[in-house]
Amino acid sequence: MRTNDLILKTTTNIIVFIILAFSFKLFLAGHNMPGGGFIGGLMTAGAIILMYLTYGLGPIKKVIRVPFTFLIALGLAIAVATGLGSFIFEQPFLSQTDGYFYLPILGKTHLATAVLFDIGVYLTVIGVTMTIILSIAEDQ
Amino acid sequence: MNEIALMFLHWSVLVSLVTVSISILLLLYRTIKGPTNPDRAIGLDAMGITLIALAALVAIQLNTTFFNEVILLIGILAFIGTVAIAKFIEKGVIIDHDRDKS
Repeated sequence: MRTNDLILKTTTNIIVFIILAFSFKLFLAGHNMPGGGFIGGLMTAGAIILMYLTYGLGPIKKVIRVPFTFLIALGLAIAVATGLGSFIFEQPFLSQTDGYFYLPILGKTHLATAVLFDIGVYLTVIGVTMTIILSIAEDQ
Repeated sequence: MNEIALMFLHWSVLVSLVTVSISILLLLYRTIKGPTNPDRAIGLDAMGITLIALAALVAIQLNTTFFNEVILLIGILAFIGTVAIAKFIEKGVIIDHDRDKS
C-alpha cells in the first residue's frame, strides 16, 4: 500500500536545512562556545537520518553519493595529516597554532589549525553514525 | 527598583521550575500508565518540550547563555525521535527501502 506523507515530506524539506545550518554553527562555534566537531557531526547525522526516515533508503542513496565508510577513512586521514603537518615546521606531533588574518569579506578573522583536526572528528562521527544506522536498517 | 525586579525574576523562575517539574511528573505518569503506545509516544514528546522549558529556566537561574544550544538540540532530537516512533508504530519499520515503490 502506498501511503501519502505530504506533511512529513514538506516539513522535512524545510527542517533539514535548519538542522544542517545549526550543526555547521555548532561545528564552527567549538573554539569559544559549547559545540565542536563531535556534536556537529552528530547533528549532521541527525539531519541525514531525518531524510532517510522520510524518503527511504533508495532515493537518498541517489542524492548522497559519498559512501559513509569513505567518510570515516577521510576524517581519520585529515586528523592524522594535521598531526603530521606539525613536523614540517619542526614542532612536536599534533602541535596547534592560531593567528589573526584579514580575509576579503569577513575582515579580521581568528583562524586556528585546531579547526582542521575538528573537521576530521566531524567527518568521522558522521561516517560512524551513518554506517551503524544504515547497516542496521538494511538488514531486513 | 532593581532589587525588586531581581527578586521578582528569582521567584517567578522558582515557581516556574516547580510547575514544569510537576508537569513532567504528570507526563511521566501518562508515559508509564498510558493504555496504548501512541499515548506513551505523545507523553515522551511533550516531556521533551517541557525539558526544553526546564533547560531555559535553569539557564535563567544560572545566568548563563551556554544552554541555548542545548535547548535547540533537545527540540531537534525530540522531533526526530517522535517521527521515528510514529513510523515504527504505523508501519513497523523505521527506515524502509523505497518510499515510492512500497
